[in-house]
Amino acid sequence: MAEPNWLIDFPALDESTLRAFNRAVDDAYLSFTRTYGATIEDAFDPLLRFMVWFEHLMLGAPWWLVILAVAALAWGASRGWKLPALVVASFLAIGVMGMWEDTMRTMAMISVCTLIAVVVGIPTGILMSRSDRMKAGVVPVLDIMQTMPSFVYLIPVVMLLGLGKVPGLLAVVIYAIPPVIRLTDLGIRLVDKEVLEATDAFGASPWQRLWGVQVPLAMPNIMAGINQTIMMALAMVVVASMIGVKGLGQPVLRAVTNQYFAMGLLNGLAVVLLAILFDRVTQSYGRRMQRYRDESR
Amino acid sequence: MSPADRASAKIVIRDLYKIFGPNPAAVLPLVRDGVGKTDLLEAHGHVLGLDAINMDVRAGDVHVVMGLSGSGKSTLIRHLNRLIDPTAGSIRVEDIEVTRLNGRDLRNFRRHRASMVFQRFALHPHRTVLGNVAYGLRVRGLSRAGAEEKARAWIERVGLTGFEDRYPAALSGGMQQRVGLARALATDSDIMLMDEAFSALDPLIRTDMQDMLLRLQADLKKTIVFITHDLDEALRLGDRIAILRDGRVIQEGTTPEIVMHPADAYIADFVKDINRARVLRVKAVMSAATDGARGPALSAQTTLEEALTGFHDDPSARRPVERAGEGIVGSVGLPEILRAIERPGTTGGTNGPGAGASAF
Ligand SMILES: Nc1ncnc2c1ncn2[C@@H]1O[C@H](COP(=O)(O)OP(=O)(O)OP(=O)(O)O)[C@@H](O)[C@H]1O
Ligand SMILES: [Mg+2]
Repeated sequence: MAEPNWLIDFPALDESTLRAFNRAVDDAYLSFTRTYGATIEDAFDPLLRFMVWFEHLMLGAPWWLVILAVAALAWGASRGWKLPALVVASFLAIGVMGMWEDTMRTMAMISVCTLIAVVVGIPTGILMSRSDRMKAGVVPVLDIMQTMPSFVYLIPVVMLLGLGKVPGLLAVVIYAIPPVIRLTDLGIRLVDKEVLEATDAFGASPWQRLWGVQVPLAMPNIMAGINQTIMMALAMVVVASMIGVKGLGQPVLRAVTNQYFAMGLLNGLAVVLLAILFDRVTQSYGRRMQRYRDESR
Repeated sequence: MSPADRASAKIVIRDLYKIFGPNPAAVLPLVRDGVGKTDLLEAHGHVLGLDAINMDVRAGDVHVVMGLSGSGKSTLIRHLNRLIDPTAGSIRVEDIEVTRLNGRDLRNFRRHRASMVFQRFALHPHRTVLGNVAYGLRVRGLSRAGAEEKARAWIERVGLTGFEDRYPAALSGGMQQRVGLARALATDSDIMLMDEAFSALDPLIRTDMQDMLLRLQADLKKTIVFITHDLDEALRLGDRIAILRDGRVIQEGTTPEIVMHPADAYIADFVKDINRARVLRVKAVMSAATDGARGPALSAQTTLEEALTGFHDDPSARRPVERAGEGIVGSVGLPEILRAIERPGTTGGTNGPGAGASAF
């Protein structure tokens, strides 16, 4: 065998070393999943049950009740009739085209993911806003979570938990959580220093200051973060369906493999409609929360 | 200050130092040895905020702290409720050593003893007028209903009835500061700290607010520390005035003392353009002798401007001066009034007419 010319070919490690390295990593992770996989799966059991319960709720409820509930939510957020009208029209169209069930599954999944992202993300953002050290540690992790191709972290999640709802949920949350965290942190850091000084001057405790002033004043930014998180979660619908999450993603996947153009398009449009609805509802809720900035009231 | 005065002192500040920078403790000895603000910054990279402040604030007084921008006024007032921690020194409010308060004790001190009004209002933008005024009480743990009931009463006293449900963004500056004032008053604290509270308002509104504060104060008799860089305001509101420069108190005294005997050129410069007739009161120029005085008595509190009108029909007379509760305490004549109005350096008080006229 001729000596490789290192001026021309990159002096990479030879293949057997690399293979050994990869195998070592895989083996280590595999033994980790064998030892702790079951425990971790058990730990996620409540989440799974909640997810299943919520999906049943959405699927079991009569269609008109679901539309009514979402329309009421839209009215609550916007205090206008346009948004509820959009909700009703979108759902009717989805239902007529036979995508009701998949849409409900996707909505259930997105709702649960958003809930998890909020429950985990807002406290993380708050902690981050209170310590520059913490921020310096978390930001690179968020950057990696957002830029790493999502298929890559599907692998360890699937190795750990197999196919199904929970790994799908985790993958979506990991991908979609960074905006809530970032914007919670940013929102709290942007709160006016003088307002905080006044709050301290009246003897507010750290807790009163956080929940009575910092979080409410950061809320428009936090809502923008939640909005972004929902949009990113919806973008993951198809990817998540690859590891067994039911919903609008699966027909799209089937359409791709079988070249069903119309089917792919319709289900894709349903995702778009959901995105528009979630977007409008969260945005008008965010706007309503900062109506105090509005001079005319 | 005499021992009698000290007995009624509400806030006693002793040898208070504040140095901003990476290692204040290390440069404190230098400052104690007399290194000034400029040297400290240039040679040692630390900012001298407060330099050996000694000050007594008497109960029920409006104690004005005056000085140019950067002289340390905000730094000083923020020490009184420990929004800023001192480098060294002591601050006592009655028997509480404020510099040693921590955690819960400090919060209780802020909740019950010292409230604050800010230059740029610093209201909570997400709360209504009612919510803002009630805030200090809510923080204390009062029920919403209880806090709002008290808040409504204060909103009425500052003349904002009807605006309870507005948000601050919808109010003018003057109205926002009324909210700020009501918020501070609502806690019933005995001390009120006001950092250039009226400086951001335009002149007419500002005078209104000063009037309101004086009216309220006549009733409430709080101990007020009032920061300003405006001499007219200082003279109008202050019972005593302390003048700060480069973090040091360079003169402290009653209003007439400052106007009549400025300690140095810096203060003389401050006071040279003021309308002395409006600022000085009869008590500052009268003499103790009462013989020969005739006509209706003037109150010791009358400004010289008003006193002048009393001499229109009888310019050569000396008029008796009375003080509420004490009766006739002296007399005053036109010449010493005119001298006091004309230029600084005139000696007032007990020296009698004629004395000190040649000081300048
Ligand atoms: N956090 C800080 N770090 C460093 N220097 C400070 C800090 N706060 C205040 N200073 C300095 O302390 C000095 C006094 O500032 P302070 O704000 O008390 O002045 P002031 O009299 O209130 O002025 P103004 O009329 O502009 O409000 C200034 O030289 C200022 O630069
Ligand atoms: Mg200031």
